[in-house]
Amino acid sequence: MQPLTNRSVQVKKRQMTLIERMYLPAIFNGLIITFKHMFKKSPTIRYPEVTREFAPVYRGLHVLKRDDKGAERCTACGLCAVSCPAEAITMIAEERQPGEEKLYREEKYAKVYEINMLRCIFCGLCEEACPKEAIFLTTETVPSMYNRADFIYGKDKLVETMENRVDVSKRQDTNVHLND
Amino acid sequence: MLLTIYDFTRLTTAIHTWLTSKMGDTLVMLSEMVMVGLCTLTFFVVLCLILVYMERKVSAFMQIRMGPNRVGPWGTVQAIADTVKLLLKEGLTPDGADKLLFNFAPILVVAICFAAMAPIAFGKGLAIWDINIGVLYISAISSVGVIGILMAGWSSNNKYSLLGAMRSGAQIVSYELSIGMAVLSIVVLSGSLKLSDIIMAQESGWWIFRGHIPAIIAFIIFIIASTAEINRAPFDMAEAESELTAGFHAEYSGMKFAMFFLAEYVNMFIVCAIGATLFFGGWMPFHIGGLVAFNNVMDFIPSPIWFFGKTFGLIFLIMWFRWTFPRLRIDQLLTLEWKFLLPISMINLLLVTLIAIMGWYF
Repeated sequence: MQPLTNRSVQVKKRQMTLIERMYLPAIFNGLIITFKHMFKKSPTIRYPEVTREFAPVYRGLHVLKRDDKGAERCTACGLCAVSCPAEAITMIAEERQPGEEKLYREEKYAKVYEINMLRCIFCGLCEEACPKEAIFLTTETVPSMYNRADFIYGKDKLVETMENRVDVSKRQDTNVHLND
Repeated sequence: MLLTIYDFTRLTTAIHTWLTSKMGDTLVMLSEMVMVGLCTLTFFVVLCLILVYMERKVSAFMQIRMGPNRVGPWGTVQAIADTVKLLLKEGLTPDGADKLLFNFAPILVVAICFAAMAPIAFGKGLAIWDINIGVLYISAISSVGVIGILMAGWSSNNKYSLLGAMRSGAQIVSYELSIGMAVLSIVVLSGSLKLSDIIMAQESGWWIFRGHIPAIIAFIIFIIASTAEINRAPFDMAEAESELTAGFHAEYSGMKFAMFFLAEYVNMFIVCAIGATLFFGGWMPFHIGGLVAFNNVMDFIPSPIWFFGKTFGLIFLIMWFRWTFPRLRIDQLLTLEWKFLLPISMINLLLVTLIAIMGWYF
């Protein structure tokens, strides 16, 4: 057969030397290798007690941020939904009524904001598209559930509470300054 | 010269005289038998738990894993949990099996393990039955074990079980020979078949050091052949899970399987105990001929510690083999024995005999 390149080499089956045919050095080497293994530190992470550290930019479950006064940052502009390649995000916008200034930062807010976690591919494009620094991905993972409906996360699950705010400082774009 | 504080003969004779003062000869005999049986049984169970735990930990460390670490501190109670699991399982007997033989085989295998334990000296004066043909007795009894395996393989009515059993038969018949030769070389050196005589012959040094290179060769052959004899990897042709599912015990479950498992580990202990007795002086402390002070210091360590230390060292060696080498093919296995180990051990036996006759050993 015509060789396609000039890199092909004829393989020769070499006769084993006497020492190799005795197998004893190989056996001895094998024993030494396994003995050395006994003193190596096992790479096992003892899971329930110790968990593997995620990278700070790991793309997991989403969070809708509030500003420092506790008002929701999201203005329901819909850029996240537009950018979403899996079309996992839907929302219904609503106008802010007088007296709701503490709840929503700007005149428009998302009345309904839903992410279908089964559709989401955790690409992080929503996070990138958001002009208001409202949506972020976190190091949390989506838990397993019994119903498909449970995987549609509404605002009740997505919006952070003021008691335990989600730290996104490691993934926040430092060039953007919002008048929080 | 040897310290008497660790001598168990006083303890055993004290029990014997106390019993004789209370009852007749037959009753004394019977009650002693019961006592020894209970001790052996307890010893077996504890030994098995320790060995199973040790095997799992050794294998884990050799594969850079953690091993059992959930049940109890460092997973020490894991073996007990496994036993409880096996107790709760159903002891299934297949429909097509020969019911009597199928249920009798595990009992036979365990009973032979018990019997092989008899002449082993666990410490000074701590042997169940120190007969004058101890070595012969052990090699005779331990080869009966293959009958239990054949029985299990045949009665299971399963082709894989039968194949495993047949392989085991071929293997034990072959490796008995070189084990016999290796044992014989030590018998030639010490001039006795009695295990206590063999131990006492090593008072000025263990045979593996005193017998020059032939004794070391005999030891290597012994350890290879005994690994094969107890059907352990890399010679576990009888089980060979990649080829024969589980070989002769494929149809066994629950406690019946556990008995085979127990027998395997006790067999491992027995061959290692024999190896320690023949080549490393059994309970005999580490002595160097002539150095009286050093020998006296060594005597302060109790004899059972010496015995179990040596035995567990050899057990570790056999476990080390298991977790290092891949399994041999059946033809490679038989080639190794008939073409290499047997001729080498025959020539080696001649050399040892020459050494013994000329008195060249230290």
